[in-house]
Amino acid sequence: MNRSVERHRNILDFALSSLLRRKGKNVSLWVMYTLVVFLIAAIVFYTHALKREAALILQGAPDIVVQKMVAGRHDLVPVGYGEKIAAIPGVSAVRPRLWGYYYDAVTGANYTLMASGDPPPGSGEADIGSGVARNLRVAEGDFIPIRAIAGAPTLFQVRKVLPYASELASSDLILLSESDLRALFDFPGGFATDLALTVANPAERSTIAAKIAGQFPNSRPILNSEILRTYDSIFDWRGGMMVVMLGVAVLSFVIFAWDKATGLSAEERREIGILKSVGWETGDVLLLKFWEGAVVSLAAFLCGVILAYVQVFFFSASLFEPALKGWAVLYPRFKLVPDVDLYQLAVLFFLTVVPYTVATIIPSWRAATVDPDAAMRS
Amino acid sequence: MREASRIMVEKLQLTDLCLFTEARYTRHPSMADLHSAFQDHPLALEHFPSGSLATPPSFRRERP
Repeated sequence: MNRSVERHRNILDFALSSLLRRKGKNVSLWVMYTLVVFLIAAIVFYTHALKREAALILQGAPDIVVQKMVAGRHDLVPVGYGEKIAAIPGVSAVRPRLWGYYYDAVTGANYTLMASGDPPPGSGEADIGSGVARNLRVAEGDFIPIRAIAGAPTLFQVRKVLPYASELASSDLILLSESDLRALFDFPGGFATDLALTVANPAERSTIAAKIAGQFPNSRPILNSEILRTYDSIFDWRGGMMVVMLGVAVLSFVIFAWDKATGLSAEERREIGILKSVGWETGDVLLLKFWEGAVVSLAAFLCGVILAYVQVFFFSASLFEPALKGWAVLYPRFKLVPDVDLYQLAVLFFLTVVPYTVATIIPSWRAATVDPDAAMRS
Repeated sequence: MREASRIMVEKLQLTDLCLFTEARYTRHPSMADLHSAFQDHPLALEHFPSGSLATPPSFRRERP
């Protein structure tokens, strides 16, 4: 037992000094390897943490949202629908939601306007999300202009700025009183944007949704589980840019492995020949090459994963911000709660460390099985 | 932070996270039209960069 450990220690020692001898080549390899692991790990951490955040935050979303569809697009829903829906057994409450979008031509930002609040703002008052406050450079007591449908801007006094901690849910919100919102956009009376339903028993939700769709064929009920699934699929590994980035990263690993598997440099071949001629066995040479590969790939894996963790959870994935922000003027500032999926980390390990280590052994085995004399001459 | 957002969602009956504010179907992906990313017509090219991040959910794609 001790002898075997001692043998591994000696070979590891030799492997490290051999890596240090080719410092330039190995350091550049390690840097590139770390960058690729960092990129994949950062995507994996970010999407997993956002998915989890969405699942926990949106648990409190309405059990069912009912929209009215006209020619494939959603339209204002008559409040009268709500009275009939409330009569369906299992529906405990129906709350009409009045909301819409507002494009601010001055800053170029899109805001979500909503007639809501706890308690709702009074006439001429508004509660604004911290993203809106940041964008307009306003604070409590200041006035914000909103252009009404007639074209004239109406001033609203900021009653309060919604807490920074809730920015992931409320960054772009402007909450107004119902009468103000109706007057601003000439919302017809007796209509709402959609209806939010409360269903006490989660098992009954799909049955109730089917009943609503049967009773109102032009309606679209959206279940809470569908809302959660939306975020699951947005940040799925198959989604849009994720698959492109993962594809690029996997391809670079194939190039790494291909480079290693296609052969050794003349210097490495000569080194193997010398080791064999001074009495090393083929098994020892393979062990040496295994340790060399393992040291480079393990160091790169650990550094890449740690850097990705710091980037995503301490710097709020600031490197991804330009891609996520797109053309949006307003982007929420939020810190993700660290949450690492060990299964994904294990998959990442087996996709990166194992193929590289194996790829380093194969050409060494071919070089180690030839005559030392021929290896040194080649 | 998570708790504050969860309370806000519950109080105001919100349905989506405020992640992408550039278009209405990326601001509220779960409330978007059935054509979702192809807002103008089914073969329209995607206008917004985040549209390549936020693909239409699979249960939407399965519907007629």
